[in-house]
Parts: sequence; C-alpha cells; structure tokens
Amino acid sequence: MSKRSAKILVFSTEKISDPAIDMAGLLKLHYPPEVFTIPVRCSSGIKPRWILRAFEKGFDGVFIAADGSDCSYGESCTEKTGHLVERVHEMMKSQNIEPSRLRMAAICSVCSESFVKQVKSFNELLLKQEIQ
Amino acid sequence: MKKKLGVYICACGGNISDYVDIEKVREAVKDEDCLVLAKTTMFACGDTNQKDMEQDIKENDLSGIVVASCSPKLHLTTFRGVSERAGLNKYNYVHANIREQGSWAHSDNKVGATEKAINLVKAAIAKARLAESLEPIIIESKRSVAVIGAGVAGMKAAISLARMKDEVYLIEREGKVGGHLSALEKISPEGTDGRELLARLEKEIAAEPNITLLTNAEVTGTSGNIGDFKVDVTIKGSQGEMVKQFVAGSILVATGFNSYTPAEGEFGYSNIKSVITLPEFKALISEGGKADADGTMRLYYNNREVQSIAYIYCVGSRQVKGENKYCSRYCCTAAIQSSLDVREKFPNVDNFHFTRGVRTYGKQELIYKESNDKGDVYIQFPDKKPPVVSEENGKVLVKAIDILSEKSESEVVADLLVLVTGMVPDSDTALGNLLKLPKGRDKFFNEIHPKLRPVETVIDGITIAGTCQGPKNVAESVNSALSAAAKSHSFVSLGELELEPIVAYVDNDTCNWCTACSDVCPFSAVSMIDHNGKAVAQINKSTCKGCGMCLPVCPSDSIELISFTNKEMESMIDVLAQ
Repeated sequence: MSKRSAKILVFSTEKISDPAIDMAGLLKLHYPPEVFTIPVRCSSGIKPRWILRAFEKGFDGVFIAADGSDCSYGESCTEKTGHLVERVHEMMKSQNIEPSRLRMAAICSVCSESFVKQVKSFNELLLKQEIQ
Repeated sequence: MKKKLGVYICACGGNISDYVDIEKVREAVKDEDCLVLAKTTMFACGDTNQKDMEQDIKENDLSGIVVASCSPKLHLTTFRGVSERAGLNKYNYVHANIREQGSWAHSDNKVGATEKAINLVKAAIAKARLAESLEPIIIESKRSVAVIGAGVAGMKAAISLARMKDEVYLIEREGKVGGHLSALEKISPEGTDGRELLARLEKEIAAEPNITLLTNAEVTGTSGNIGDFKVDVTIKGSQGEMVKQFVAGSILVATGFNSYTPAEGEFGYSNIKSVITLPEFKALISEGGKADADGTMRLYYNNREVQSIAYIYCVGSRQVKGENKYCSRYCCTAAIQSSLDVREKFPNVDNFHFTRGVRTYGKQELIYKESNDKGDVYIQFPDKKPPVVSEENGKVLVKAIDILSEKSESEVVADLLVLVTGMVPDSDTALGNLLKLPKGRDKFFNEIHPKLRPVETVIDGITIAGTCQGPKNVAESVNSALSAAAKSHSFVSLGELELEPIVAYVDNDTCNWCTACSDVCPFSAVSMIDHNGKAVAQINKSTCKGCGMCLPVCPSDSIELISFTNKEMESMIDVLAQ
C-alpha cells in the first residue's frame, strides 16, 4: 500500500452533519487524519466545480455528509443532493474519474458512529482502487 | 488592499497540545501570505488572551483573525466578540476546528493530527484572506416557548419563563404533572416534602395566565427554526385524539429520566422476594406500616415484619461491567434519606449500607453524618468485588468485603434488601429522534459544553433542562431549569434575532435567466428583473435563507453565496489538497 490513508474531502453541513462529526471527535471515535471537512450551509448547495476541483487538486475521494430528511431548508434537500451527485457522477465519467470516488450518505446530528463507519469504509475502497 | 492577518493556535490546556504539536503548526503557518502575527496560547478563550488579541488587532491594525481551537459551536461567537470589541467587523474572523475534528478525532495518531491541523489552519487563513465585512440579518422571533415535560424541571422553567412575560406551552405526556416529584416524601437536605412542593408548583402554574398546560399530550411533529418552530402536539382525550399546532421561538426539553430496573438475578432481584429497588422501597415506607397494640409503628413487607434492612449502592450506576459508567449523583443521598425516614417512622429497624464510597456531596453530607450518629452501619466494598446475595430462611444474606476493615468479609442477614438504583435515560426516545438531539456516551441528551454552554444543544433554539441531560437531584434540576429558561428567554425576548448575513447574489453580466434557480428555491426568493434590457435573476435578500440550493443548478455559474464563494471554497480546497 503506497500510503496509510486516502485523502478525503468531506462536505458537511453546518447545522446537521458537522455537529455529528464534532461529536465523533468528542467520543474519540477515530478515523483517518487525511479526512478534511469543509462545512457548507446545505448539502444541496454544493457546486459540481468544487467537487471536480478537489479531484483535480489531488483528493482521492469526496464524501458528501448530506442533511437527509433533517434539512432545515426543506424536504427537497435529499432529492436535490441526489440529483447533484448523479450529475457530478456523469461529469466524472466524462473526465475519466471513477464515479465511486464521490460518495454521499445522510449524516444527521447524532450520526457520529455512522459517519466514522462511512469514512472508514470509503477510505478502504479508495485504497483498494489505488492498488488496482 | 492586502489583508493583515493574525493567527492564534490554542493548546486548550492540553486537549489540543497533548496530540497536536502546536508549536510545529505555528512554525508551518507563520510565513503564509498576509500573516503578520502567529501565536500559540494556552487557552484562546481565556480573558487574558482575549484582551491580548484585542490589543494585537489594534496595535497591528489587523484586518482579519484566525483562531485554531475547539469547534466553532463553542467559541465562534466568543472570537467574533473579540473582533467587534477591537473595532474589526466580526465576519473577518475565521475559525479552525483543530480539537473535535483534529486532536480528539486523531488522538491515536499525533503526527497525523499535527499535519491535519497545519492544513486546517492554512485553509482558514486562505478563507480569511478573502473574507469581507458584513452586517447581520435581523429576523422576527416569536415570543413563546414550548416546554416539553412537566416534571419539576419543566414546571419551574415554565413558571420562570411566564414571569419573564413569555407565552409558554407546557406539554406533558402523562395525565398529570409532577413526574417523579410526587413519589418523594422528603427531599434532602432541606427536608422538603415532594408532594407539598408539587402542589405549590401546580398552584403557581394555574395562577400564570401565560402558561398553557397540555396533559396527555405528546409532541408528534416539529418544523422550522429558532425563532419560528412549528410544534405539532397530539392530545389524547375522552373523545379520541386531536392535533394542535402552535408556534414557538424556542423549545425547552425537560423529559426526565427512568429509574434503573435491575436485570433478573442482579443481586437477587426478581428471584428473591425480599429484594426491591429504591423507588419500591420509598413506596413501601409510605404504605407498608402498621401500628401494633402499644402504638409502635412496624414495617411489613410481604406480610413479614422488617427489622433489618440492607442497602446495596450503585446498582445500575458506576458499573464495572455494563453500560452505565456514570454516577447517578442523587442515589447515595436518596438512600440515606430513606434510611433516616424508615428509622424515624419505624424505630425498631436497623440499617446496613453496602457502598462503593458515599457521595453525599455538599450540604447533603449532613444527612450522612446524621445517619452515622444514629447508628447505621456502613460497609464499603471494592469496585470489582460486589456483594454476594443469597436467600436464607426467607431472609436475605449479603456477604461483602469491607475495604475499611482490612478487607475482612462482612455478613448481614436482613429482612429486606434495597437495591439503590440510579437514573437511566428516558426509555421513550421518540422526542429525541424527532428533534435530532445529540446524546452523549451515557445516552442522556448532550449539551454543547458542560461549563460554557450547559443548557444549549447543537440545534439552535433548543435547550435542555433537568435529568434528561444527566442524573441530577431536585435542586440541581431546578437550577438547570432556571438556566435553560433564561437561555430560551434570550432567544425570544427581543422579538428578533440576528442571523448570519449569508445570502445568494447574481452576476448580472453572465446570468441569462433560465428559471433554473427560481425553480429550485424553496423560499420563492428568486424573481426575474430587467437589467439593461436583459432578463436576469434577482435574489430577494430578506427572503433568501442562504441554503445555496440555487448554486449548483445555474448553467452559467452566475450565482454565488456570501462566505461560500467559488474563490473562498476553492482556495480552501486547494490548501487542504496539498
């Protein structure tokens, strides 16, 4: 293995998923330190160009810690974030970037364990891809 | 004009510096573009450091600052305050979270945690270089609070809020108010009668026109935000269920606790008839007495007279093997109070306490002394060697090692064994799931910080009080209720709240009005206007909530969100990717 952990950019949401990621730290639920978080207002407000920029600049994976049905901006968030991911997957294909390098999961404000589980399994997947 | 930035890297008294080499972080960032000073500090939030920061901003004419410390949920407002006091617009302050998402998350990897902290600080500097001065948005806040749970904490909070002229909806799922209070005969250390206290609180609530009390009522739906929560309450009545909706500026949660129920066979519970829990014992003291011919009161359990009582402490709390590692705080005092009560009412009863060290802290120590003076026997057993309980001729035999008598084995044959059971979180988790309130390791609701923001949750506008937050005695529950009431009141009292001035805006030169942005906006904040003969989108600043849903759908990338512009986001991504 060329490196111990993959470099992952997480887009978290200020009010919902970021508190869960904070609590993962509070509970000392360890995850790889190459996981970096940038908080945004709502997961359906992430621009495709930011995601593509992350790949261009060297991130192995991008993880969207979505609000899910808890989004304070409305129920349409899940669907809109889903569409966004679909669209970016298509863009990634056209740029020969493996679509599985972009992952989305709903992380609510109490989903600390789920977040850690998700980023750990994503990290393993990305490392496996790197070997191949 | 080129920005002049200052960076402060906090040790958090070791919480950060034990895992992150903060001096290395400072060295790594000190030559970043625009940086004129980089300092490490033991406690960035400390008064002295705040004053130093104010002085630094003024002396160096700083146009932006970065603090790398704990989560922004704790101290974003603190350092924005520092900026304002030093005459700097508070939106020129950028926070880097190197504790919850740094030192603590990677306490298993000091090198990795340090490298991550360097990148996080550099990313924050990149954002601070581009930060702009802004003015907050003011929104209306409804002057009403929903208090959920009408135990002692909820009742006191409701009364306190009503006296501050807030409209209060007090919602109780049971048919009557009071929670566990009605089961308390005497509350330490003042000896207050729980039922008298309850009657007094009920009277005060009835006298407050600002309180709407809803019993047999459960919160079954919520939507909205701080200042404007819409709360659905399902009320069960003789004619079926009805749903009421009302609006609250803040929600105060005081849903209380459950008493721990021992597992089958735990210290003989449910296998040996004479083994009962502390709440069952309290009920027995109230109801299990009979006077004999000469008028002496005698205690009976299962039709047998009780003359000796053994107590085993810390059942379901401070568990060596088990989930409940926490101390339930109230049970030592409650057990000793009950043993004094039983002695007072039934003079022929002897008490034997098997403890793990008595925790009658503060003034409650007086009842421990009183109990000792009256002849109660205390045996302290080791944490890892709990007493062994067996049945002997219809009585209970308790064997334990006494660490205060050179670890000799003590035996007590008692008529009754009381398991001093602690508090566990409310078994009804529906409300917590509905409000998405985070829970701590102990499974009670979690405050943002036990000292700095002890009654606030990460959900803006929702406060917690009493034992839903963790074990507390009555006095502590009341104190936390008054604190939560003051905090909830602060959200609604002015009738308005300051919100972040984060709104979207359109580049008129590149916008071609295709309706994509207005189609996705959940708040109808986008409209079409004419700009020099061209149709373009315009975003209404007062209705835009800053969610950013319009950003990714714009085919010409003509919409930006304040503080989340392409430049800011991409400069952070670039730095983090290094």
